[in-house]
Amino acid sequence: MNETLFGIHGTALALRSQRMGILASNIANAATPGYKARDIDFAAALKASTSGASADQAISGATRYRVPTMPAMDGNTVEMMTEQTAFAENAVGYSATLQFIKGRVETITRALKGD
Amino acid sequence: MGAPGQPLTLFSLAQRGLSAQLVRMNAAASNLANAGTVAGSEAGTYKPLRPVFATALDAATGLATVDVRAVQQSSAKAIRTHDPDHPLADANGDVWTAPVDENAEMVEMLDSSRQYQNLVEALSTAKQLMLETMRMK
Repeated sequence: MNETLFGIHGTALALRSQRMGILASNIANAATPGYKARDIDFAAALKASTSGASADQAISGATRYRVPTMPAMDGNTVEMMTEQTAFAENAVGYSATLQFIKGRVETITRALKGD
Repeated sequence: MGAPGQPLTLFSLAQRGLSAQLVRMNAAASNLANAGTVAGSEAGTYKPLRPVFATALDAATGLATVDVRAVQQSSAKAIRTHDPDHPLADANGDVWTAPVDENAEMVEMLDSSRQYQNLVEALSTAKQLMLETMRMK
């Protein structure tokens, strides 16, 4: 790990941001026939990137196709409730990670100023 | 429409998704507006319009947006009615009504507006998070 300033949180934020894009892609393709919904297994991606994989490698290695509860006739596997909950969960995770980073920056700033 | 040759951003992704849904809503609205219209020949009848969606994957970012590949006319047959008194009636005394299924169009419209709403909400959440990240001290 070379990002010692933010530790795990820098990587986590990048992954969260990428996952947000994937989930938005699913929502945009809710009406496209044959579209297969994708998602990033966040834990797996984080594990891969903390053990030295690059962000791209970690993401492509942890991207999975969603298993639909009830597949549609046109081959589309986007289910709105699943995507919405995943998106909300991811947004909360992003906020939390951002708070951690903010805290870290504050600590460092205080240490630098010395007050 | 997202600059060509540029990597896909969340904003252009959502914008293209919204445009696609708008085309879908417009097509459904056109169909509903033309429900029950009558023509003097089978060829002259209004045929319901339906957009064809296709995924547009951006390999560089892994994001996927949606494009309207075409707006197709439905192959449904016009409904023939025998009505010799109608001013548009042909030599046999028949008129042709547009084969629009109002219920199907209504469902299409609802589905489309829900998905539009969904995309707007996702975009505003993403925008909020981006702004928060930017304002970080």
